Amino acid sequence: MKAKLLLLWVFLGLLSVSVPVYSQVDTFEFDTDEQHQRFRKLSNELRCPMCQNTNLTGSTGGVAEDLRREIHRMIMDGMTDQEIEQFMFERYGDFIFYRPRLRAETILLWFGPLAFLLIGGYVIFNIVKKSKPGEVESLDEEEQQRLDELLEHK
Amino acid sequence: MSRLKFFAPVIGFLVLGVLLWRGLYLNSRDLPSVLINKPLPEFQLEDVYDNHLVGKQDLPDEMFLLNVWGSYCLPCLVEHPTLIRLSEENIIPIVGINYKDEQDAALDWLDTNGDPFSFSIMDVQGRLGIDLGVYGAPETFLIDKNGLIRYRHVSVIDEQAWKEIFVPAIEALKLEGS
Repeated sequence: MKAKLLLLWVFLGLLSVSVPVYSQVDTFEFDTDEQHQRFRKLSNELRCPMCQNTNLTGSTGGVAEDLRREIHRMIMDGMTDQEIEQFMFERYGDFIFYRPRLRAETILLWFGPLAFLLIGGYVIFNIVKKSKPGEVESLDEEEQQRLDELLEHK
Repeated sequence: MSRLKFFAPVIGFLVLGVLLWRGLYLNSRDLPSVLINKPLPEFQLEDVYDNHLVGKQDLPDEMFLLNVWGSYCLPCLVEHPTLIRLSEENIIPIVGINYKDEQDAALDWLDTNGDPFSFSIMDVQGRLGIDLGVYGAPETFLIDKNGLIRYRHVSVIDEQAWKEIFVPAIEALKLEGS
């Protein structure tokens, strides 16, 4: 009985030990911290073309692995972030960016929500304007008299 | 004017409805390729059978299919009979890219299922795949006789895809003389 209880405590104790789950851990080496930061930033902002709702950092897909390796290679080759993004764009198009470039094809994506907001705002503005209570007309003498009568009778 | 105002929400609803309805039937895996009408990238990779180096100059100088495959890839088995038929009937040359595979497994696979490819290039690192904007097997590119990428097909090329997509595309290319 005691042994069982002890086992239970050990088990519960183990539950409280959190095992850190990292995203894909590659063993890339960098010369400077700044290069590492750039690698992190790029693989966070580029999207995995295969598993479409994860970035390169979080994806286990084969192509994501290859793209991370390419990013590392390009950083070590001294390419700038812009050049690396251009490399990706030339191969995978706008899709690769979580923040697509502003181009004719992506203009709806960028300003569509704003357009909807403006349309919605215009509609609501008009509804509110229409339903604004009209100015209160003052009663003429006759009406005032009737009102007084009614109130007195109450 | 007031009539227009009255119908505006209905019109808006219809437009949005049609767009969303269409969206339901789009294949989200089917990303537009940015490489259409661009030349194939340069490469130097090994042949799957005897490891001799193959480059762009070894590709057919007529119209051909470039098919991305792997022994691990189940959909590749679905399209395989079609590729075999195309090769047996000498309809169009097919060059294979053995994408991120192991050579032994790839050779076994060809031995078991038949080999429709003029030759297969081993892209173990997936580097050529990146240059082609590939994100997984199977994918098939239609290359014209000038070496330009003219069409990219993501996922299986079965008899239906062949008949409905590739045959018209190839006819169109023949008409324009490329």
